[in-house]
Amino acid sequence: MAPEDTFDAFKQCAVEVLQVDPSKIVPEARFAEDLDADSLDLVELVMALEERFGVNVAESELEGVQTVGQAYELVTSKL
Amino acid sequence: MAAGCAITSWAAALPERVVTNEDIMTLFDTSDEWIVTRTGIRQRRAADGPFVTPKGPSSPPGGMGTTAQLAAQAGGAALQRAGLSGADIDLLILCTTSPDQLVPATSSPVANALGIRGGAMDVNAACAGFTYGLVMAASLIGVGAERVLLVGAETLTRITNWADRTNAFLFGDGAGAVVVEASPGESALLGWDLGVDGSLVELCYADHGGPGMVMRGQEVFRQAVRVTVDSATKSLERAKVAASDIALFVPHQANARIMDAVAERLDIPKQRTASVIEWTGNTSSASVPLALVEAADQGRLSPGDLVLFAGFGAGMTWSSAVWRWGPGST
Repeated sequence: MAPEDTFDAFKQCAVEVLQVDPSKIVPEARFAEDLDADSLDLVELVMALEERFGVNVAESELEGVQTVGQAYELVTSKL
Repeated sequence: MAAGCAITSWAAALPERVVTNEDIMTLFDTSDEWIVTRTGIRQRRAADGPFVTPKGPSSPPGGMGTTAQLAAQAGGAALQRAGLSGADIDLLILCTTSPDQLVPATSSPVANALGIRGGAMDVNAACAGFTYGLVMAASLIGVGAERVLLVGAETLTRITNWADRTNAFLFGDGAGAVVVEASPGESALLGWDLGVDGSLVELCYADHGGPGMVMRGQEVFRQAVRVTVDSATKSLERAKVAASDIALFVPHQANARIMDAVAERLDIPKQRTASVIEWTGNTSSASVPLALVEAADQGRLSPGDLVLFAGFGAGMTWSSAVWRWGPGST
C-alpha cells in the first residue's frame, strides 16, 4: 500500500468511527479538542484500525496518543 | 435438545432508592454529562452503598440479604403471574455475582422464601450469568425437569468502590426472573455459545475484604465488543438464522456505548435492541432479565419471534443464545 493509500484507509476508518468531516482528519488534529472524541471513541477507532490493517495495538500503547498523526504513526509502525 | 420449552412468565424487582448522577457527583469530581456520554446511564437503583441507610445487616436473618430479597421478590412475582407456587418448581437457578453470604448459596434462602424444595443453586458467570442459566434451564428440561425458575439478582452496590471515579457510577442493583417450562414441540433454544478466557481475570475483579470493583474500563470495552459479537455470531450460525431474523436483541446492559458497538457490528438496528441501561445502570446477572421483562411487558414480543441474548462479564466470560419466544409466553 502506498503511503497516501494508507492514510486514505486510516482517514476512512476515522471518518466512520468518529463521524466527522474527512477534511478534519489531518495529522495535527487533536482527538479531544478538534474532533470531539473521548477515550472510548479512541478505543473504537483503534479497534477499527486493527481490523482494517490487521495489526494489534496494546492498551498501554494508547497512552499519550492525542493526535491523528500519533495514532497513524502507531498503527503504521506495525505494518 | 430433546424436549420443548418456553418462557411462560417473567417479572422484575428493584430496590426503592434511585441514585442519580447528581448523587454520584457528591462523591467525587464528575458530571452528569460525562457519565451519560460515556455510558448512557442516568440513574441506577441501590439496595446498599453510601446512599442507603440503614445498611442491610452483615449477617442477614435466615440468609435473606438484599440479593436474596430482590431475587425472592422477582421470582415470587413471576410464579404468581404464571399461577404457580414454589412446589411446582423443579429447580431454582439463581444467577448472581453478589451473593449475600459465602456459605450457603443465596438460592437456599430464596428457595425457602418461595416454598421451593425441588433443588436450588447459584450460578456465577458474572455479567454473562443469566444466559448461562438460560442454557442450563433449557438443558434440564431436556432431561426431564418440568419447570425451572431462573433468576438474575444482584447487589452490586455492596461491592462497588465508591471512591473510584472511573467506575463507581456504573453499577446498580435489581433482579429479573423467568419461568422456563416444558412445552410440546421443539426446544426454544435454537443455538447457544458459552465461553471464558480466564487469562483476562485482571481486567475486572473484586477481592474479599478489598476496596470493591477494580476494572480496566477501556480494555474491558474492547474485549467486550469483540467477544460478544463473536459469541452472538456463533449462536446465530448454530441456530441457522441471520441477524435480520432477530426480532429482539437483549444484550447485557453494561454500557450503552458497548451495546451500540455490538449491535452495529451485528447489523441489528437500535429499535430492535432492548435497553434499560439508562435507568438501571449495570446490574450484572440481572441486566438481561430486566431488559427482557421490560420489552415483554411493552408487548414487543410475539409467539414465534426470535430473541438473541448476548453478554460478557468478569472472568472474562461470555454467553449468547438464540431463543424462540412462545407459545405459552403470554
